[in-house]
Amino acid sequence: MNGLFYISSVVAILSTIMVITELNGVHALLYMIVSLFSVALIFFTLGAPFVAALEVIIYAGAIMVLFVFVIMMLNLGPRAVAQERQWLSPKMWPGPALLASVLMVELIYILRRGPMALSGIQVIGPKAVGFSLFGLYLLGVELASMLLLAGLIGAYHLGRRTPTKEKEEKT
Amino acid sequence: MALVLMRHGLLLAGILFALGLVGVLVRRNILFILLSIEIMLNAAGLAFVVAGSRWIQPDGQVMFIFILTMAAAEVSVGLALLLQLYHRFKSLDIDAASRMRG
Repeated sequence: MNGLFYISSVVAILSTIMVITELNGVHALLYMIVSLFSVALIFFTLGAPFVAALEVIIYAGAIMVLFVFVIMMLNLGPRAVAQERQWLSPKMWPGPALLASVLMVELIYILRRGPMALSGIQVIGPKAVGFSLFGLYLLGVELASMLLLAGLIGAYHLGRRTPTKEKEEKT
Repeated sequence: MALVLMRHGLLLAGILFALGLVGVLVRRNILFILLSIEIMLNAAGLAFVVAGSRWIQPDGQVMFIFILTMAAAEVSVGLALLLQLYHRFKSLDIDAASRMRG
């Protein structure tokens, strides 16, 4: 039980160090996703399965995909193909694959042990979180929706390329 | 045992936060700065979940959901700024935008 926590912690720290030292953006994203997976496993061992699922779905699934989209948008043109080939070079694979396989072994161990793997930890399920979220913290949910709307409008406004700006660039 | 787990969990959150802070301070590429901010937000969320697990309350997880929402809004605006920076200066170096038009 504790072993799972410490192994995932080591994986998280190693992959985070690789994120901030990596020079290539896509390679850093690869390590970042491994780091998020290990933090999700840590959440699971701490007895928070709902948040572990959210970490995988929203952080690793949605936010990192946003990063990948932006990196792809920056590399339009003929040199994109060469860059793509460079990103997928075989010598890049072993690092993240090794760290991810450690997490995979832990996951298989948890699945094989079943509920016994989390003995000694009080699990707080999605039901309790939902009651708290939509009961006590209802005002926070409303504020979060306002924040998301503001983020949407801000991203639309900033991401739009206005015609006047393009004219400025041409002149 | 829960106490030891909490101490080490908070230690891990601190290490991850410090790594993110080092990333923000050291790197000059705006993409890596945004990634480091994500690391720091994630570490803060980890601290909340560890505390919630220690006192067996769902509040920590609720706070993590709020942090997640905030991170999503922040990263969308940040990436839009990144695209603007790239269109204007043809570079991701944040020092290219160090001057204000005054």
